[in-house]
Amino acid sequence: MKQGIVFTGVPSMEELVSSPGFPSKNRLRKGAVAVIECVQEIPCDPCELACPFGAIKVGKPITNLPVLFEDKCRGCGLCIPPCPGLAVFLVDTTFSKDKALVEFPYEYLPLPRVGSEVDAVDREGNVVTKAKVLKVKNPKKYDHTPVVSIAIPKKLAQKVRGIVRKQRA
Amino acid sequence: MLSAEVAVIGAGPAGLSAAIEAAKAGAEVLLIDENAKPGGQLFKQIHKFFGSKAHHAGIRGMDIGNRLLQETKESGVKVWLNSIVWGLFEDKILGVANQEGSKSIQAKKIILASGASENAISFPGWTLPGVIGAGAAQTMINIHRVLPGERVLMVGSGNVGLIVSYQLLQAGAEVVAVVEAAQKIGGYGVHASKIRRAGVSILISHTVKEVKGKDQVEAAIVAGVDKNWNPIPHTEKTFQVDTVCIAAGLRPLAELAWIAGCEFVYLSELGGFVPVHNENMESTVSGIYVAGDIAGVEEASTAMEEGRLAGISVAMEMGYLGKEKAEEIREAVGERLKSLRIGPFGEERQKTKQRILEAWQRR
Amino acid sequence: MRVLHHPVLGKLRKEKVVKITVDGNTLEASEGEPIIAALLANGIRVCRKTKKKGEPRFLFCGIGRCTDCVMIVDGIPNIRTCVTAVREGMRIKTQVGLGEWGSPGC
Repeated sequence: MKQGIVFTGVPSMEELVSSPGFPSKNRLRKGAVAVIECVQEIPCDPCELACPFGAIKVGKPITNLPVLFEDKCRGCGLCIPPCPGLAVFLVDTTFSKDKALVEFPYEYLPLPRVGSEVDAVDREGNVVTKAKVLKVKNPKKYDHTPVVSIAIPKKLAQKVRGIVRKQRA
Repeated sequence: MLSAEVAVIGAGPAGLSAAIEAAKAGAEVLLIDENAKPGGQLFKQIHKFFGSKAHHAGIRGMDIGNRLLQETKESGVKVWLNSIVWGLFEDKILGVANQEGSKSIQAKKIILASGASENAISFPGWTLPGVIGAGAAQTMINIHRVLPGERVLMVGSGNVGLIVSYQLLQAGAEVVAVVEAAQKIGGYGVHASKIRRAGVSILISHTVKEVKGKDQVEAAIVAGVDKNWNPIPHTEKTFQVDTVCIAAGLRPLAELAWIAGCEFVYLSELGGFVPVHNENMESTVSGIYVAGDIAGVEEASTAMEEGRLAGISVAMEMGYLGKEKAEEIREAVGERLKSLRIGPFGEERQKTKQRILEAWQRR
Repeated sequence: MRVLHHPVLGKLRKEKVVKITVDGNTLEASEGEPIIAALLANGIRVCRKTKKKGEPRFLFCGIGRCTDCVMIVDGIPNIRTCVTAVREGMRIKTQVGLGEWGSPGC
């Protein structure tokens, strides 16, 4: 089966690593950082305006892939909710000795409960680990794009990008 | 006979934008729509839009719709809802029917913004209750707040198929798979990634072969196809579903342009037969303009810009806007349109829109 | 099934309940919604039957273009249920073929 986002809907590791919004291994080791998984040229630039520290640049034409200036990135996560493609995440590999923190947009009900244990998934929707829900942020300014933070085993920091949706009653 | 300076037919994003521009310039505008509520398909688009700030990027479709409605009210546009334009006669006379009966309206300028309609594809079982257009599913869940079914197979991976799959999940349905007959996914990768994370399979080079059920959909059989769309034997998979959504593209709803005598050109990339128009959105019949999906199926953002172009052009032709001012605004809109028609998804549309301009030259 | 809670659209506003009859059975609908939505909310998935083979037909386009969803409403056939709002006391009948006039739901 051919790899690549146009064949599977999942960006391949090559596509991710070669995109300018993907942080380096070095920067990931230093602490919380945005991970922009935007690999196709689409006219779109809300992420640029979203960053209060000027760490994301799209410029013109607006089909440019967003560039992450990883040294400017403070890991605040404000770039997560405005992305229309839900393609921005936050990863902190320094969360604890053996756990990493992953933040992702989650526009489903029910929202997970803080403190609960959930099934975390990779980009293909496969459950890869259990995770603890640390935070669920859903202020009005996020316009119905809640941001969920979970703690997962550190080695899965570049795999986990979401959780299983619970069946509704 | 009643009269209107500018009659805009269709109150979707293109029609609303056209009406606002013409009315702001001072024209007397009558906006006619056959539905009970204006907004066209905009209020079903509950996702955040792409583009730049000028394109309302990051704002959800229905919120953009509300802004347009507010502007329409403030601009003094007269709106007739539940009114269908059934005829377009010589000298720009419209036949309109509503609760009060049928009337003729003499218009000076007409802007056709009647949008597009979904394509159907046929296969054994396609008439069973439960086989619906993807747009129909979107209308049911986002406007009427009812599920059309609980387990869905989506046929087609363009933006409509991918976005509606996501919205079905948000509404509480299960989407078992998206099948795409072509060799790659048609819509934006990010839309596909969202539903992959949610556990939805995307099968390229597959299409629906047959849908089974006694009185409604009970199962769908999909099969692999090669690059010439020929089914590949022994590749059938059966999905237990109660709903099959067809997202096989849209085509312009251009009957009024046909009966008005507008010239057409066939461009499959833009949905089929498209009325020939120039960069000011004027058709080959003087005084009749087109904007939005009727002028070529694209998206809401381009529909709004084309609506603006038509509205400005009409206002200028009627003397409500000076030529220079009109040119200034048209150039700005033109730039914004260009910026939406770039990149691997947009440049095909840009090339095809260019062919419409070439057809205009040859008319 | 109604979508009572939606992550983007919020909680479904409680609309006035209107009673309609479909093929003689009384159902609850929400004021202002199209007939097809009331059918879906009540688990009904047929609008009409074809004349020759009696095959069931239902919703297809949802916006009043295709006429697959027509039913006899208060004695009038070929009413597009996806763009016609329910009313208190409305009588709806599954249409067979082209239907017949003056035949309200029993």
